[in-house]
Formats: sequence, C-alpha cells, structure tokens
Amino acid sequence: MSTSSVSKGCFVFKPSAKKKKRTLDVGDYFIDGCEGSGNSELRFKLCQSLWDKMKTETEVLQDELNRKILDRLLEFAGRPSSTFQHGADDWAARMRASEIPTAALVLGVNVPDHDMTFQSLSDLLRQSVTPHVASVQAKECGALKHLMQRVLERLMGTVVSAEHASTQLHNKRVHCSLGTLCDWYKSKTKVGGKDTANQPQPPVVIIFKDLEAFNPRVLQDFILICSRYVEHLPLMFIFGIATSPSTIQHILPHSVSSLLCIELFQSLSCTQHLSTVIDKLILTPQFPFKLSGKVLQVLVGIFLYHDFSVRNFIKGLQLSLLEHFHSQPLSVLCCRKKEALANVLQLSHQDLESVRQLPSFRRYVERQEPQEQVNLLTDDTHIKGVCQKLIKGLRKYHKNFYPILRCLHTLTSSLPKYPLGKQIRELYILCLEKNVWENEEYQSAMQLLRMLARDELVASLQTCAEILKPVKAKKMRNVLDQLEDLLAKFKQLDKITSPEKGLQKKTDLFQLQKTLLEMKESRRSKKMSPFEILRNEAVDFIDSLVRCYLAPPESQPLNEVCYYSSSAVVRRHLNATPRTSIQTALSNPYHYLQNDTLRSEDGTVSNAAPDICIVHKLHLECGRLINLYDWLEVSCSKAVSELEFLGFIKSTKQKTDHVARLTWGGC
Amino acid sequence: MAALLQHPCYEEERLRRVADKLPCREVQAGTLLSVMGGPEQHSFPSIFIYGHRASGKSHVIHMLLRELELPHATVSCVECVSVALLFEQVLLSLFGCDAASLLPRSPSLSDFVRIYRQQCSHSPAVQTRYIVMEKAELLRDMDANLLPALLRLQELVQDNVTVILLSEIVWDKFRPNTGCFEPLQLHFPDYSKGELQQILAQDSHPSYSAELYSSYINILLGVFYSVCRDLRELRHLAALNFSKFCEPLEEGKVKESDTHKLWRNIEPHLKKAMQTVYLREVSSVQWEQLQQMEEKDTGAVRGLSAHAHVELPYYSKFLLIAAYLASYNPARTDKRFFVKHHGKVRKTNFLKKHEKTSNHLLGPKPFPLDRLLAIFYSVVDSRVAPTASIFSQISSLVTLQLLAQVGHDDQIDAPKYKCAVSLDFIRAISRTVNFDIVKYLYDFL
Repeated sequence: MSTSSVSKGCFVFKPSAKKKKRTLDVGDYFIDGCEGSGNSELRFKLCQSLWDKMKTETEVLQDELNRKILDRLLEFAGRPSSTFQHGADDWAARMRASEIPTAALVLGVNVPDHDMTFQSLSDLLRQSVTPHVASVQAKECGALKHLMQRVLERLMGTVVSAEHASTQLHNKRVHCSLGTLCDWYKSKTKVGGKDTANQPQPPVVIIFKDLEAFNPRVLQDFILICSRYVEHLPLMFIFGIATSPSTIQHILPHSVSSLLCIELFQSLSCTQHLSTVIDKLILTPQFPFKLSGKVLQVLVGIFLYHDFSVRNFIKGLQLSLLEHFHSQPLSVLCCRKKEALANVLQLSHQDLESVRQLPSFRRYVERQEPQEQVNLLTDDTHIKGVCQKLIKGLRKYHKNFYPILRCLHTLTSSLPKYPLGKQIRELYILCLEKNVWENEEYQSAMQLLRMLARDELVASLQTCAEILKPVKAKKMRNVLDQLEDLLAKFKQLDKITSPEKGLQKKTDLFQLQKTLLEMKESRRSKKMSPFEILRNEAVDFIDSLVRCYLAPPESQPLNEVCYYSSSAVVRRHLNATPRTSIQTALSNPYHYLQNDTLRSEDGTVSNAAPDICIVHKLHLECGRLINLYDWLEVSCSKAVSELEFLGFIKSTKQKTDHVARLTWGGC
Repeated sequence: MAALLQHPCYEEERLRRVADKLPCREVQAGTLLSVMGGPEQHSFPSIFIYGHRASGKSHVIHMLLRELELPHATVSCVECVSVALLFEQVLLSLFGCDAASLLPRSPSLSDFVRIYRQQCSHSPAVQTRYIVMEKAELLRDMDANLLPALLRLQELVQDNVTVILLSEIVWDKFRPNTGCFEPLQLHFPDYSKGELQQILAQDSHPSYSAELYSSYINILLGVFYSVCRDLRELRHLAALNFSKFCEPLEEGKVKESDTHKLWRNIEPHLKKAMQTVYLREVSSVQWEQLQQMEEKDTGAVRGLSAHAHVELPYYSKFLLIAAYLASYNPARTDKRFFVKHHGKVRKTNFLKKHEKTSNHLLGPKPFPLDRLLAIFYSVVDSRVAPTASIFSQISSLVTLQLLAQVGHDDQIDAPKYKCAVSLDFIRAISRTVNFDIVKYLYDFL
C-alpha cells in the first residue's frame, strides 16, 4: 500500500469492508498449488471420500483387534471386587488383606497408538460397567497433589483446586482428598438406588496411561492413600505399560505392590496389528488407491526401524493419498468403477495429452497396430473409449491379483528359510517391483514346493481354495474349479495307493534292504509315483497362475492413475533430516526461499543471500579456529551468533577474537 | 497379664477389655498408659513411637484412645499433600467443622495455632487431647518449622494436648539441624515367632476347631517365617491357603488329628506360594483360581517377571546397545573397539588393572549424546541418515525408562544419559539383531 505523504512515518490503513478475507479451509489449501488445476475440486472431493472410507475401515479394524483384550478387561472390571462386596461374615474375606484390583495392560512400545486403545477402553467402561472412570497421564501429575487433583476432577466432573476450593452450593470447602471422593461416591450411589446393599456397586476406575513415566514416589504415595479407603470405595486401577510387566516391580516396592491384586493383560503385538492393517487397506481391490513398492517399503521401514506405530503408518498412508491426488491430475480416475468411467468422459484435451504422456500408456500404444496408434494419438473420443476399457482392465487385474498373491503366500510361507518372505507384505513388495517369477528366490521356492510332503501340500492347496471361494471374479471361479479338480485327484490317489501298502506288514532287515534298493532304482530311472506326477502338475498350475496374474502393476497401462510412487517425497515428509535441511538452507538458500536473485552455481553463494549463508560459506573455508576480526569486516556479528546458535561454531578462550569450529572438514 | 495394664483413673474391667484386644503388646500399652496418665491429667507434650511395619503401633494407640474414649485426631501424613489438609483434619476432629472452616486459604502454622487457641478458649480441654500422626517420617519433607512446632504444640497453644508420632524409622533420622524438643521415645519390637503364632491362631475358622487352625498356623510360620514377619501379610497368606489345607479333611481322607499327613499335603503348596503369590507374581485372585484348577493346568499362569521380553524397533535396539556400551566401557577404549584401523594399542596400557571387571560392579556411567551417536553409527550395520526419528527414539527410550537422563531435563545443549537396563536384558536384545555384545564390553575382554 502506498500513501501520498512524502514524509516517513507510520500510517494506519483500515481494511476495506469488501475485501474481508475468507478463511481458507482444507479444500482451498489443496486446490492452491495443485498440478493441473482444472479438475482439482473434483480430485479433492474424491480424495476426501476415499480417505473417509479408509478411515472408517481402520476404525472398525481397530475395534475388532482390541475387542478381545477389551472384553477381558471389561469382564475384569465388572467382577465384584473381592474385598469390597463380600459380607463381613465371610471368614476368608475378612481375613484377607484388602487389595486393590489392578489390571496391568501391556501395550508395547508404540506409545502413540495407545491413546486410541485407552479412549475406546474408557468409552466401553462408561457404557457397560461404571460411569466413574478417570484416566491420567504422567506429564500432568508431577506431584501427588496434582495427581489427586486430576483424579478428583475427572471423576467428579468439577474443578477442585489443589490448595483450597469452595463450592458455593454447599458452603463447605471441597478438599483434594480421597475423603471428599468417598463422600461424593456415597451420595452418588445412594441417589441411584435405595437398596445398595444387594446391588453390586459400580467400581471407580483410575487408568494410568503411561506407568513408566510416572514418578515412582508419587505413585507409591497415591496407592498408599487409596489402600486406606478401599473399604469405603471400590477402587480399581488400570496400568498402561509400554515395556514389560516387571516394571511394576521396579517402580513399586513390595510394601506397596502387596496392596495391589495385579492381573496381567497382554495386547496384540504391533507387528500383527500392522499385518492386519496392510491386509485390510492395501491388499484389497476395495480401495482404488495403491502404493508402489518403494513407497510401501518406506512406510514399512519407518514402522520397523523407527517407531512401531500403526497410527503413524496410517498417517503415512494418508499423506501418500493426499500427495497422489494433489500431484497427479489423472487421479480423477482413481475412484469407483462407475465414477471413473464417467470421469473419463469429462477429461479435457489437456488431460488426454497427459494420458498420452504416461509411460505405461506409451508402452501400450507401441504394442498396437499402426492405424490404431495414429487413432490413439490424435482422436480424443477414441482415446476416451480406450481409456474406459483400460480402466476396466486395471480393475480386473486387481481383482485377480490379490487372491493369487494370497495363494502364493500360503504355499510359500511354510517353506524352510522363507525364500519369499515370512510376511505377505514382503511377497507383495517383490511382486510390485518386477516379475516375481524371474527372482531366484521364486525358483528355489518352486523347487521346494516340488519336494513338499503330501499332507502339507494338500493342506495348503485347501487353504488356497478357501481363499478363492469368496472371490466373485469369473477367472477366479475357473481357477477355483481347476484347484478343486486337483484336490479331488489327490483324494483319489488315496484309493489307488492304499492297497499297495504291503510294506508295513512285516519288516525284516532283508526285506527293507530290498525295498530300499528298489526305491533307489526307481528314482534313478526317474519313474515317478502317481503322487509325484500329481504334485508336479499342481506346482506347474500354481506357477502358471503366478505368471498369468502376478505381473507387476507397471506392466498395466494407466497404472499411474492408481499407484503413488514418489517415495522420496514421503520419506522427506515423514522421516525428516534436520541437519541436512539446515545444510541445504545455508549452502543453497534458493532451495527454500525460491527467490530468483539467489540462484547460483554449484558451490558459490550469491551476493544477495542472507548474511548467515555467507558466513556459513566462509566458515567452511576456515580451519579449526576462526578469526572473527577478519570476518567482522565482511559481515555483521548477528550472523555469527546465529551460526553459534545453530551449533556450527562456539566461542573459545584459546585465542582472543577467535571462535572454534564444530563441524568436520576444512583445512 | 492384665496386671500390666493398670491405672487408678480407669476401671479395671475396662482395662482388661482393652488388654484382651492387644495380645503380646501389654508391656508397650502399659508404658503408654502410664505416660498418658489419667484423662484429666496433663500429659507429656509429644511421644514418638517407632517399630517395623505391622508391629501394632497404630493398633495399640487406637485401641487405647477409642476404648478409653479419649478425644483424639488421627492424621495420616501420606494423605496430607499440603499442610492445609493436615491442619484442617486436626481442627475438624478436635473442634468440629466450624473450626476447620475458619482456616484461611493456604494457612501457615501460626494461623493454625491462632485458630487452635481461639477454639481452645471457647472449649478448654477437660481431658487430654491427642493428635496421632501416622507415617510421621513424611513430616520431614514438609515445611521445616512444622515438626519442631508439633513437638511442642502443648506449649504453643497452651492446652492439654499430646502429639503422638508413629514411624517406621528411628528418631535419630528426624532430629532437625536446628535442634528441637525431644519427644518421649517408645520402641515397639518385632513380634517373635511365638507371638505371631499366638496372634494368628486367634482368628480361627468358625467351622474348624481352634487346635486345627493353630497347627495350620504352625506349618505356615515354619515356611514363611524366614522370609516374612509382617503380620498383615501372614494373615493374608493364611487366609489364601487355608482352603487347600482343609481339602483332605473335606474329602474325608484324613482326620483332623493326623497332622503329619496334613503337613505333607500343604507344605509343597506353601513353598510354591512363597515364590509366587507372596511376591505378587501372581495375584491372590489368580492364586485362588489356581487352587480350584487341576494340578496339571497350573503351568498356564506365569508370573509377572516371566514377561521380561520387550519388543523394540530396529534402531532403538541399536541405540540401546550403544548406550549400554557407552555406559559400561571407559571412553578411552572406544578407539580400540570401534575404529577399524586403530593402530597398535599396547596391552599393558590398555588393560588397566583397577578398571578391569569393576565397571559392572560400579553401575552405569553417564555419557554425552555425541558419544552415544558415534558408537551407534559404528555398531549399526547399515548407513543410517541422522533423521529426526533417530533423535526422538532416544527420548522415547528415556520415557520408557530404558535410558535415564542425567541432570535436569532442560539441559538441551549437551544432554547426558545413563543406560538403565541389565546385562541380561541387553544380551537378549542384541541376540535378536545378531550383535555379540560381550565382544565389545571391556569387562569381559
């Protein structure tokens, strides 16, 4: 903005009413800077609806996975507490020390995932067992006072200050003590029903989300206090443990742990959890969006090497989804079949040009007749028709791909040394990258299959049949029929071979030797038994299936529509390297500032670059000690202190006016 | 025995009733009663009672105060997260809730004394008032002036009041540097085996004879006395295992008089209880369930410490290994272990005698972050980029308490850590990544 004034000073500009800035929502951010902005709104909508579907799927999955352990926990919480409910006449109950029932819930080291589990746990507890549930985290309970305050706040639903607080209603002080809680509980349960003696009273559940992080002293004192009230208040603890249950023994001395009645609950391991998520979200034709092998490897790598967190894996999936729809204009076709076919008709000329640019499409064109090639490259309506056909083909490819993948995995996952990987995701990544049958491991797996014992082979083939049964694709039906034929043949083998079992009748040494010799003979002459013939037939059948259906997606025209492949972007976003970023920013400021004046040749810094970049460049040329006196002629001292803040140099007392360099290299 | 508990101010009948409820503590109760004197007499300002857990301190005091109907206030110091709570509870039980509500927000000691005196002038003490402080050792962590003031509260409020402190530790550990009024000390010794037997045998099961229960207690003490003398715990264990003891009787296999057979039946069972339920490896509910199950299935429930295995991400494992090496190897040996061409290190120079084998005995030593990362990059077999998640893994290892940060958390410049895992644990971890950690430990060279 400018003024007509000639003097320097501050001027107030009132914003004009018309130009009121609309607050940007997520969609605007998406559309802003989107590749090929023509259909960006549609893409955003598709992206969101697809993500919503995937999200609900993961939530359902989460619930299912947690159900078992949550059910056990609910049962535990619903169990009448032995010390509280028993009548005084029961001898054993009177004699027993009053213990607080405690569930030690071992959840694994993937701490970010725990929140979801605890959320559903406390929801379920509130629904079915007791309204009195409080969960606390270590970071909000530094001292006993605070822990007490949090527990009371969350149970009673009011705010009580640690020191003093007075509720005006009763004109009585409310103190942060369990005595207050006791009174509150009594008033609550009395209101509910008059006949409380016979009715089991709802327990008061306190969830410690991260036991390891709690100050042991605080926890011990809290338990000591609670144990004093256990006769009046049916308390119950749930300890969320990330490492191993023996931490309880490290944190609590015997005098305190003897006040608890600890029962162990072990949750599903996070690797199993990941397998299920991959199974339901990725190894399914249900969702059109797919990850390329590299991206999947990056995500799985982050999981296995860094955090074990399923939630972060799903976040990574979300990021790739968003990036795909953001960067790929043709992602409008990445949706359900009907919509996709309709969207093909809506494609603009520009979009069709980018279809023609797709490597997979170019490969497809090259395979066509010359006349057809010309048509594809020039006729827009023709290419639309072909696109529809190709989209359908891609869908069929996916429908057949996953069942066959699962079959191959069931057959190979029991082989010694797992030539094709123990987990299905390893096999999947192999299949995504290149023709799986060209792998050496695949060859050896097939060889091992040809040596498999009969019952094992039949059992695996039967599982394959089970996998194929619910699949509705036509081709898979045929495959299933063939497989069942094979299985029937194996069964018939039984009837043929059973009368030949003369061997078991009487085995003296001579007889055995003779039969062994015969067997050796027969092997040399390669005369195969009927079972061996059938086994070879079965393995050949499997091999043909693999060659037919497990071709990598790159071979499919238009695969770029569904497959997201920029693993570098995903890695940059999810596994940031702060040091490299700082180096880049200092040595090549254009990378981040995107200012054309900063553009420079390799290894040089333009004059317009910020001072710190220049100082950084200078410091790279210096030895271990840097003479600041020389520098001050060049640049201001602010940049020097910035460099010190970033940890490149530090002040030293060895020489006056010198700083020490903290990075490697130099003279 | 009732002769010990005698006082001219109380009826003999009443004292006998009290004495019956205090088995094996007649001597202490008698001393206490003679110190306390009659209800109207002035008593000693403060009494300090100490003895181990479950040696009857609170029980004796409460029995005396309750049965003799003396005005008293009981406060558990562990509950008093602030002094305000302590003052309030005392005023509440001595003068009623009106007095307690007079306390201002975050009251000081002088507020308390002022209100006490004020109330006292309204209702002067006819009988000695008693203030009982349980777990008095926690008073030391509260305000510095609190303990000395409580010890001479009688003087401060000019009232007939006695403060009784109960603690598990001796008075020497209480005495403030500045000096204070010395309370009268009274020690409650541990119960002897005979006394434990006598006390435990009192609560016999209604459907069995007292002799049988007494012999059961005898067997129980035979097993547990060497490890546990805590009355509360012993009573708990007695209750948990009694049904098993009675099993042969219920089935009619054995008569009550056949103690030897009963002993043979229960002894292995009790030994097992000592290793499991006593250590809280198995909860008492699970223990009871186990008893109902057949003998064969008992292997199904494993104790808490059986689940020591921790699953960690791949790089976390290596970070932990690096931390262990940094904690237990002297820094000057790093060159020898982790630099490929470290040149000749003279053996005599390298192996210093006093350092040898002592590192594991001395415990982990702190190391800076730089050293941890340097060792990490040399032990991990592939090239690892220094990503943000590597650093965040270090802090998650700290929250999992596998590493411990030395010094304060807000030292972000060059943080120092210690490795907080045992050798067995780290060996199990390194086995999963095929890393032979023993080869890299200076102590085992």
